[in-house]
Amino acid sequence: MAEVLVLVEVAPDGSGVRKTTLEALTAARVLGEPSAVVLGAPGTAASVKDALAEYGAAKVYVGESDDIDAYLVAPKAEVLAQLVADRSPAAVVIPSTPEGKEIAGRLAIKTGSGFLTDVTDIAADGTATQVAFAGATVVHSKVTTGTPIYTLRGNSVTPEPAAGAAEEETVTVAVSDAAKQTRVVDRVVEQKSDRPELTEASIIVSGGRGVASAENFSVIEGLADSLGAAVGASRAAVDSGFYPHSFQVGQTGKTVSPQLYIAVGISGAIQHRAGMQTSKTIVAVNKDPEAPIFELADFGVVGDLNTVVPAATEQITARARA
Amino acid sequence: MNIVVLVKQVPDSGSERALDSSDNTVARASADNVINEMDEYAVEEALTVKESQGGEVTVLTVGPAGATDAIRKALSMGADKAVHVTDDAIHGSCAVQTSAVIAAALSQLEYDLVICGAESTDGQVSVMPALLSERLGVPHLSGARKLTVDGTSLKVERQTDGGFWALEAQTPAIVSTWDTINEPRYPSFKGIMAAKKKPVTTLSLADLGVDAGSVGLASATSQVLDFAGRPPKGEGVKVTDEGDGAEKLVGYLAAQKIV
Ligand SMILES: Cc1cc2nc3c(=O)[nH]c(=O)nc-3n(C[C@H](O)[C@H](O)[C@H](O)COP(=O)(O)OP(=O)(O)OC[C@H]3O[C@@H](n4cnc5c(N)ncnc54)[C@H](O)[C@@H]3O)c2cc1C
Ligand SMILES: Nc1ncnc2c1ncn2[C@@H]1O[C@H](COP(=O)(O)O)[C@@H](O)[C@H]1O
Repeated sequence: MAEVLVLVEVAPDGSGVRKTTLEALTAARVLGEPSAVVLGAPGTAASVKDALAEYGAAKVYVGESDDIDAYLVAPKAEVLAQLVADRSPAAVVIPSTPEGKEIAGRLAIKTGSGFLTDVTDIAADGTATQVAFAGATVVHSKVTTGTPIYTLRGNSVTPEPAAGAAEEETVTVAVSDAAKQTRVVDRVVEQKSDRPELTEASIIVSGGRGVASAENFSVIEGLADSLGAAVGASRAAVDSGFYPHSFQVGQTGKTVSPQLYIAVGISGAIQHRAGMQTSKTIVAVNKDPEAPIFELADFGVVGDLNTVVPAATEQITARARA
Repeated sequence: MNIVVLVKQVPDSGSERALDSSDNTVARASADNVINEMDEYAVEEALTVKESQGGEVTVLTVGPAGATDAIRKALSMGADKAVHVTDDAIHGSCAVQTSAVIAAALSQLEYDLVICGAESTDGQVSVMPALLSERLGVPHLSGARKLTVDGTSLKVERQTDGGFWALEAQTPAIVSTWDTINEPRYPSFKGIMAAKKKPVTTLSLADLGVDAGSVGLASATSQVLDFAGRPPKGEGVKVTDEGDGAEKLVGYLAAQKIV
């Protein structure tokens, strides 16, 4: 059976693999037998091997070196290109993060291949589905040159366990000088949240400019907590200083695709839609009946968020207790 | 310091956008075309670097003859001159092919710093700067929310999920900007008038020594097979809060088995 390389995204806090990796392993199965590729500083593979076995990785290629951590992106692309040359896989599947896309692009040049970014599905013949124009158009595309490289959009495939041997194979990492030009001298975490990670959450409650202040975001957090949801924000809310940038949803924020997205005090600008339009169910609360967000909403409430949302939170909490 | 800023003309993201059913490429002729809004941050940053380091800002775009609007916008913001690579053979090129054309154009220009946007709103691949870095063998500092230039030393804060990564490299280099980096200026009336007199050089593939057969739809590394409007969601329900909005909302969530 053909081999498909899947690049593993390791959670930065060392808690294991990101869900995107399990999604990529699942999506890769239609093309062949997935082999996971773990690239990082020494010790990276230890925390992820079990999850990779559980989600069907036949092999786990481990390339560990301090150089991978010390320089931006380029070393990973180099090691992956070497693996593609050695193994001639049927395809390469990479989680669609900013880093994942950069790796895909570099890999395409190095291997003389085509690539498709942000795919939401891959078919057995290699045809991929993509959404264009902020979700308004669905496109089917195919790589016509070299080894097809895909980056898979988060939350578009449901991870399904499958037993894999996860046979470990060490990959020698010899990073060239060309790939050592951009040094990563520090990694700074400014915000941490105890709520679910936005890109992995099945429910998201987002607030916009309509929330009106940083303090009033407690209204959004209250509803989120009653639902066990993550909190998101529009760029206007972020720019106004109501909520930190790391919670921004949209074109220059996170791309999310939860089961339920509740947009509160958000007008629904195209750049916001670009990040949430593929959510399964969309609910909106907005006092303006003409707000474009209602065009997307499966259920909309025209009303003041300051009365509707706290009352809803109370009722949901009461139900949970009952 | 020679700064090249890459801008792309795209269909306005606020207007109706479509693919052309004759060849599945972005319908550019019928669209309301503007500068890719993410590239305004790149232009602003280029002008800021010039103000502190001195030098010249050159706008580079690869696109159809009509792509002059994006160039004019960048010039009216304050860029000094522009290079427009245009050739009918480029139509339908994939990102891999376009990167070869941009790389060829950059190789002809003298540059210390290339500044790009984070993403173009039509293709949304956000890989062009990485492709160029790979082709040109110069470092890429991506997703900049802050750029500091000190002679040949570059420092970037790369925007990440919950903070930033501090990056360092030497010129010549490519920096791609995030929208947290600055607030793009509006062109002044004076700027708009001055832009009309600024030099715009038009180059063809032959001028760059790029083989026309290596670009374009026929030899693209990926192809769009078909497309369709996203199936419309069933007509949503909209209620007006008359004291019962929360109840109806919770009722909906209950019906969906969410609560
Ligand atoms: C390059 C670029 C990138 C961008 N990227 C993003 C992005 O990633 N994410 C993003 O979100 N935006 C992004 N934007 C910004 C986008 O264009 C919009 O400006 C932004 O989404 C608007 O946010 P908003 O809906 O919160 O604010 P507004 O458009 O001001 O809407 C506020 C809404 O709140 C409602 N409201 C007010 N008070 C109440 C109340 N008491 N009760 C109920 N409703 C109320 C109003 O009716 C209104 O509809 C980007 C823009 C650019 C140029
Ligand atoms: N045809 C083009 N001409 C000039 N610059 C481009 C072109 N395509 C992409 N770019 C630059 O690369 C960035 C990323 O674009 P993309 O990879 O297409 O999403 C853009 O913000 C531009 O700065």
